[in-house]
Amino acid sequence: MRKLWIYLREYAGESVLAPLFKLLESLMDLLVPVIVAVIINDGVQRNDPGLIFRYFLLLIALAVLGMGFSFTAQWMAAKASVGFAAKLRQALFDHIQHLSYRELDTLGTDTLITRMTSDVNQVQNGVNLALRLLLRSPFIVFGAMIMAFTIDTQCALIFAAVIPVLSLVVFGIMLLSIPMFSRVQGLLDRLLGMTRENLTGVRVIRAFCKEKQEIGEFDRRNDLLTKMNERVGKLSALMNPATYLIINAAAVWLIRKGALQVSAGALRQGDVVALYNYMALIVVELVKLASLIITIDKSLACGRRIQSMLEVAPSMAYPLGTQAPSGAGECAVRFDHVSFSYSKSGDAALTDIDFSVRKGQTVGIIGGTGSGKSTLVQLISRFYDATEGKVLVDGADVRDYPEGALIRKIGVVPQKAVLFEGTIRENLRWGNEQATDEQLWAALETAQAAEVVRGKEGQLDAKVEQGGRNFSGGQRQRLTIARALVKQPEILILDDSASALDFATDLALRRAIASLPGNMTVFIVSQRTSSVRSADQILVLDDGVLAGAGTHGQLLSSCRVYQEIYYSQFPEEKPAGPDGASPREVPA
Amino acid sequence: MKTKKEQAVKGQSMKTLRKVLGVIGRYRLLLLLSVLLAAATVVLQLYVPILFGDAIDQIAESGVRFDALGGFLIRILILVVLSAAGTWAMNMINNRLAFRTVRDIRSRAIRQIQALPLSYLDSHSGGDIVQRIIADTDQLSDGLLLGFTQLFAGVVTIGVTLGFMFSKNAGITLAVLVLTPVSFLVARFIATRSYTMFSAQTATRGRQTALINELIGNQKVVKAFGHEEKASAQFREINEELKGYSQKAVFFSSLTNPSTRAVNNVIYAAVALIGAHRILSGGLTVGGLTVMLHYANQYMKPFNDISSVITELQNALACAARVFELIEAEPEKADSPAALVNRGGHIDIENVSFSYDKRKKLIEGFRFHAEPGMKTAIVGPTGCGKTTFINLLMRFYDVDRGDIRIDDQSVMDVSRASLRRNYGMVLQETWLKNGTVRENIAFGKPDASDDEIIRAAKEAHSWEFIRRMPDRLDTVITDDSLSQGQKQLLCITRVMLCLPPMLILDEATSSIDTRTEVQIQEAFDKLMRGRTSFIVAHRLSTIRGADQILVMKDGRIIEQGSHDELIARNGFYTKLYQSQFAGSAAEQA
Repeated sequence: MRKLWIYLREYAGESVLAPLFKLLESLMDLLVPVIVAVIINDGVQRNDPGLIFRYFLLLIALAVLGMGFSFTAQWMAAKASVGFAAKLRQALFDHIQHLSYRELDTLGTDTLITRMTSDVNQVQNGVNLALRLLLRSPFIVFGAMIMAFTIDTQCALIFAAVIPVLSLVVFGIMLLSIPMFSRVQGLLDRLLGMTRENLTGVRVIRAFCKEKQEIGEFDRRNDLLTKMNERVGKLSALMNPATYLIINAAAVWLIRKGALQVSAGALRQGDVVALYNYMALIVVELVKLASLIITIDKSLACGRRIQSMLEVAPSMAYPLGTQAPSGAGECAVRFDHVSFSYSKSGDAALTDIDFSVRKGQTVGIIGGTGSGKSTLVQLISRFYDATEGKVLVDGADVRDYPEGALIRKIGVVPQKAVLFEGTIRENLRWGNEQATDEQLWAALETAQAAEVVRGKEGQLDAKVEQGGRNFSGGQRQRLTIARALVKQPEILILDDSASALDFATDLALRRAIASLPGNMTVFIVSQRTSSVRSADQILVLDDGVLAGAGTHGQLLSSCRVYQEIYYSQFPEEKPAGPDGASPREVPA
Repeated sequence: MKTKKEQAVKGQSMKTLRKVLGVIGRYRLLLLLSVLLAAATVVLQLYVPILFGDAIDQIAESGVRFDALGGFLIRILILVVLSAAGTWAMNMINNRLAFRTVRDIRSRAIRQIQALPLSYLDSHSGGDIVQRIIADTDQLSDGLLLGFTQLFAGVVTIGVTLGFMFSKNAGITLAVLVLTPVSFLVARFIATRSYTMFSAQTATRGRQTALINELIGNQKVVKAFGHEEKASAQFREINEELKGYSQKAVFFSSLTNPSTRAVNNVIYAAVALIGAHRILSGGLTVGGLTVMLHYANQYMKPFNDISSVITELQNALACAARVFELIEAEPEKADSPAALVNRGGHIDIENVSFSYDKRKKLIEGFRFHAEPGMKTAIVGPTGCGKTTFINLLMRFYDVDRGDIRIDDQSVMDVSRASLRRNYGMVLQETWLKNGTVRENIAFGKPDASDDEIIRAAKEAHSWEFIRRMPDRLDTVITDDSLSQGQKQLLCITRVMLCLPPMLILDEATSSIDTRTEVQIQEAFDKLMRGRTSFIVAHRLSTIRGADQILVMKDGRIIEQGSHDELIARNGFYTKLYQSQFAGSAAEQA
């Protein structure tokens, strides 16, 4: 949590002044019983209406001053806490921007979003309350006791005895119920999870006629939650009656003691009234303090989570300077005995991958689920660093490119086709800020997406809703391909990004890309052999190992894995002979 | 003055309130007890200060009357103990009332979910329904039940306080009554000011959350396009905007307490002034003034409580309305008690028409037959109605016109459960329970032995990865512990274990690589042998072995026949099929 304070530094003044003004306000409150005592002792007993009126004006003045102090404090606290939260949120956002894929994988999107939204809000709330109230309650409790001591030491001792007892009860109940509350929360989360599960799985549940069993399980958990809730309820139900009992017993004791003191001539009647009033102040503040501490404790936990997020260091280092290494050589991409694993202890996702791709070549990458296809292409754009070996782009080690330089050369179409809220134009311009409408249309044509855009009202200005949900999966895929093409990249990577397209569109897309001018190197990741068979080079991956590399013809005659994949998709081409050496060509 | 709209809203609220009372009907006695206890404790707690005042009056400086004082103090102690006990009992009752009502509502809701037609569930977002069952229900009980007792206690407090005050001194009480509205005016003034800021804050925060979800949710894409700095700038803009609104909203809303406290302090001062003069004129004692001051101090509290409770109540009523909308939605039409008798699985689809949106046609004049044991493949472009057809087969939706008959029984005349038990279904979306592997596989057959489960797993090729899991069948599955392909394999195993007489496979193997798919295909072939089956797939290789292929387009069957027949026809199917090989065609061209 300590590291977060730097974001409060800009509001250091406010952060000191807010509690200070709050203390001034409480001081006004603390003075009231004494003034009433004076009114009774000196005004009433000595029959002095002038004095009563003067002290009445003083009470009014205290009320007005108190309000002024309080308003100032509230403004300072609001300014500081909200400003702090805004800075923190920005810092978190900026920090996330610098994390590499590896950290994003470990942290997980949901966590990141929770930190940025509810956690930061919780911290803002905590800081605001702490600035305003954390000092106020103890100040009033102890202030009341001190004021009591100034009135009468004997009676004040009752305060000294009662405050610890009350604190014990109030904080004891709180402390005991905190872990119970988190258990309740856990049970509630499970119930919520089950409700969600029942909704997402409604078809399966009905298909298997499991409605009754699901209801039974829900009821069981529902009862469990209710029982736990009632148990916590039993404890917190004690709070009010217990404090009420203690404070009134103390007041009875106080009056009794006060009576003795008055009778002994050590105290006056108005003073007894003042002491009684102070007693009433204490209990309200203690209860407030206890609930305040719970809120602050929660926001401290959130603060610690945010801090640990800010402490996650980006694992990727970049050379200084902005100069990209001079591209020399024939090779667009070369893998030099590359191995990679996602986590230190985990199994290798890629093992000893070695191949090179000339500029302008089209490379197909094929293999089963989890064979490492996506991993391989993600190493080209250095979304991850190879664990062993080297990845070279344009003849230079990817690790020698300054931040942002490598990504400028590469157009990536990720598996998950996402668009962002805005217009189609804004989305396409992610590839190139300065792209003209002609360039955008050209990219759309190539990506087979021009039809999609023409069909929308406003064409390039058509609205894209959040996540692109107003487009179908296939439409989104084509638009994300266009987005990458707008970049006019040297290397284009299609990571299984035609899976939602039908075969005819997929083919038209590949043809259009192949006929683009320039010398673009293209990587096509796919599970379909039809998508990669015309590639200049096909890399066959099997469980992270390069099982074969070559053209369709070469692989079909030499690579067992490729044969298996191919014949699983085109069984009627499987040659009758046992060796399967030469498949017949398929007529168009 | 109330507008018509406000009155309509009010009428709606009354209706909702009556429904809530209906739900808590079984706890009627508890509610009554709670209300009685609330009234009793309020009176006791308000009477105690009067006794304190009387006690203080015995401490005259001219001489303390210890006997009388002791009597008052003992009475105070007795009343305090009684009141504490009463409060405790009331708290316990309120807890029980609130928690059990929530439990009852949720229990009704989950039953409702199982009984609602899919048309309702498909057209409502799942998140929204969860929100109604969990958060809204909590809000309902907190706001409505506790709010109600608080409201009641508040009203009693105000009434009793005024009564006690009048009995002590009418003049001071009138003064307090005159000053009271000032506090309301101040609170109202602040509330309207902060409302505008709050709605601006809420709107901006909503936009910011959406932006966070979108950008952070797709951080990898942001990085892939080197879009980080622009994203930061975009975020900064909205973040600064939010800061402005938030600072003001937080400030304004935090003014209510100090302002009402200030007004309260002024009232307190006025009571002190008038009270002191009354003592001088002999109309009041010092103890009496203490009582009045005590009341003046506490007097505003119930008003503040009531105003916050009323906001809470309105909120809770809105939540209650949402909850009732869900639990009172029309459930599925009553089921026929007759069970489907399977006599081989002869299926007739007779002139079936259906659409989700009745203004837009979807499936039109569908008709075909499937002989027992026949494999029927359904192909066609996305959105042509393939999945809808499955919804009709399973009776997730009912046909608009026409009939589906299984072994000469209309599906409308048999119970849904008996119909569904005859089908094994593997869907495109893989759904697994949050539980162990065993629970998931044995979902349709809870009494299956481990041997049976393992045999099914082996046949569906899921045993290979289950075997490697830390606790094998007892491994708890979480959302991201399995790959999409593995989840699909488990779903297949689930059906493999039940061996129902008919099968529906919707894109069942689309996320599994083709090598594994071949293995699954073998398993499926085994499973499909002798079973009437429907397969929906993008991949033509999956359906090549089907007995008949239905080619769908725009809700109609445009071609029908075996693979060879359809190829020979050289129509839509042929085009679809050949595009698979076009890669090599391009090479040759």
